[in-house]
Amino acid sequence: MSKTVLAVDDSKTMRDMVSFALTEAGFAVTTADDGAHGLKVAQEGTFDVIITDINMPNMDGITLIGHLRGLSQYQSTPILILTTESEQGKRDQGKNAGATGWIVKPFNPEKLIQVVNKVAA
Amino acid sequence: MDMQSFRKTYFEECHERLQEIETLLLSLESGDYQDEHLHAIFRAVHSIKGGAGAFGCDHIVSFAHIFETVLDSVRDHRLALDPELMEVLVTSSDVLAAIVGAAEQDQILTETFDAKAKADLSQYMDGAEHAPLPAAQASSSDAKKGTSRTYTIVFKPHSRLYEKANEPLLLLRELGGLGEMILSVNVDALPDLSAMDAVGGYLSWTITLTTTHHKDAITEVFEFVLDDCDLTITETDRTVAGEMKPTPPLDASPAIETGEAKVSSIRVDLDKIDRLVNMVGELVITHAMLSQQAEKLARDGYPHLARGIEELSTHTRELQDHVMAIRAQPVRMAFARIPRLVRDVSKDVSKQIKLIMTGEETEVDKTVIENLADPLTHLIRNAIDHGIEDAETRKAAGKPAEGTISLSAGHRSGRILIEIRDDGAGLNTKKIAEKAKERGLIENPDLMSPDELHQLIFNPGFSTAEQISNISGRGVGMDVVKRNIQSIGGKVYVKSEAGVGARFVLSLPLTLAVMDGMIVRVGSQKLILPISNILESLRPRRQDISTITEGGEVLDLRDHYIPLLRLNRLFNIPARYDEPWQGLVLIVESEQTTFALFVDELVGKQQVVIKSLEENYDPVEGISSATILGDGSVALILDPASLYDLHTKQGDSLAFAA
Repeated sequence: MSKTVLAVDDSKTMRDMVSFALTEAGFAVTTADDGAHGLKVAQEGTFDVIITDINMPNMDGITLIGHLRGLSQYQSTPILILTTESEQGKRDQGKNAGATGWIVKPFNPEKLIQVVNKVAA
Repeated sequence: MDMQSFRKTYFEECHERLQEIETLLLSLESGDYQDEHLHAIFRAVHSIKGGAGAFGCDHIVSFAHIFETVLDSVRDHRLALDPELMEVLVTSSDVLAAIVGAAEQDQILTETFDAKAKADLSQYMDGAEHAPLPAAQASSSDAKKGTSRTYTIVFKPHSRLYEKANEPLLLLRELGGLGEMILSVNVDALPDLSAMDAVGGYLSWTITLTTTHHKDAITEVFEFVLDDCDLTITETDRTVAGEMKPTPPLDASPAIETGEAKVSSIRVDLDKIDRLVNMVGELVITHAMLSQQAEKLARDGYPHLARGIEELSTHTRELQDHVMAIRAQPVRMAFARIPRLVRDVSKDVSKQIKLIMTGEETEVDKTVIENLADPLTHLIRNAIDHGIEDAETRKAAGKPAEGTISLSAGHRSGRILIEIRDDGAGLNTKKIAEKAKERGLIENPDLMSPDELHQLIFNPGFSTAEQISNISGRGVGMDVVKRNIQSIGGKVYVKSEAGVGARFVLSLPLTLAVMDGMIVRVGSQKLILPISNILESLRPRRQDISTITEGGEVLDLRDHYIPLLRLNRLFNIPARYDEPWQGLVLIVESEQTTFALFVDELVGKQQVVIKSLEENYDPVEGISSATILGDGSVALILDPASLYDLHTKQGDSLAFAA
């Protein structure tokens, strides 16, 4: 069975790209368009990997990670954050909140798949 | 994989974001200061930048980066948002829009295009970050072929590593991908089973790796966990350890959180929705057919059938409403540009204008919204330019110096009403009367009420000389507004009171898929005319009809001669009546002209579901579309404008033949 990925990003472009790249690589991808929505979707389903943007309306990615790590079902789920190169600080904040790793934007599909595989087996 | 396939989505999104930025900046400027506005603007710019990188739009990246940096300082209150900075931000949003637009069209802008805006923004930067950091470097795992080295790696995860869902086994597997690996696990730290914490960091590994890769490639494997483990990487004879501490945080701004709830949504192709709308249309027609048939049966002893049909009717109607609602969008989309317009135009003419918008939530069909932008823009420009007086005049009239324009939307009896009201001088009734007489539109203004006179401004070519200015005198008049509104099945009228102000009202249909039609009969044919085009119907007297040598037949409508079109002759249908004074004429307003249309009789008013002729048959001159009536018969919907064209052509060919 294919692994499930939840991609949370307020940018449709990013959602589409992540979704397309990972679907091609054999993952089953669900998307959500902001943190609050992401949390809701995460609670309603189960996901093997969660990828989230940082800057989003209605709950940013850092807060989302905090909430997810507080849920028993996501305590050991790999969570990746999408950051830009200039957001070193956010990356550390994300790590402190419990992120497993990060993906630097702009990314190419190969890199994305590589990172997801790295944390998700 | 082709990233270009996402370009379209990206640019669509950019336009939405840019609109959002503009709206929010204007809210800020108008004094509605909220931290969340700034956060939202920042996010929008950031998101435009984020996508741009993926498509190689470097110009967007570089400008958005500077813009974003300044916005970041403002939202963190490191910079005060004074009017000067406000202006810079507004200009920057324009420049960003231009750069995005150029990138979308694959146009190359000169380096200097945004130089001024960049310089303006740079003044506000603390010098920390003048240029965007270079895009991610090519992966450092690039193999350095040739030399093979052996490393000894000691890896001891802390429990924190597990808490963040990292998995040592995965890391080790990845490490193994770099070369030959000899692995030993150290279990000395394992406690008794009873004392064991499931996510405790008890294990450590010692790895001997022989690889052609550089040490950076090994570090990269542990990229995510450097803070959460003890790691030493020792090269064959040299020890290089502990160099991998990450740089301290640059940015410690607190996380943004809002309590706002958001309705989750999905994007659907408009095509799919239209197909759905069509199917529901079919369903409505099928239901109408069924219920006509069932009425008879029900009387003959099938009471359940009647109830069933009744329920079907309720559900169908509900389904229709819901499907229409999918295509509906809040008029906010059309209103969104208005604050900016008011700001710019009022600056141009040096008037102080306050804009009040209400009812932006009112929903209406997407197509209606798309066709609303031009008329609205024109009416608002007009109101600022001609409606609102200058400050002196206003003060002299005992009004506040600041003029007010209110734009409102609301539902009324199955239609949407949009009202543009200003508290200016009102229409100049006298000047309109003079002009109309001069143009031969009317004979005796004294016979007309001011209200009737005011509606004359919608006549083609009606523009008083005083109305020409560089703001609204752009060769388009109110007739264009009227035509635009009519083309989406709407009506427009004006109410004005001298010294108090003018009020333009647009009455629009909620949807374009269903239309209010008037069914008319010619011989055995039933045809439908859009109600919005019908002014009145009457039975003329014999002496009202006359023939002009070149112009064909005309009807004398209260001392006005308007062309008379005979529907039976236009379509070659044998009619019941041969002469207009036996049947009826409808006074029909089309885009270019008003004409009289001779028919046998009116059958009645009905809501009809519009079926495209082009899709189902072929375009036919004089006909816009078709519908299916309750009895299952097909009826054609007339298009007044092309009907008139058809009439003109037939007249020409007849004249030629004669």
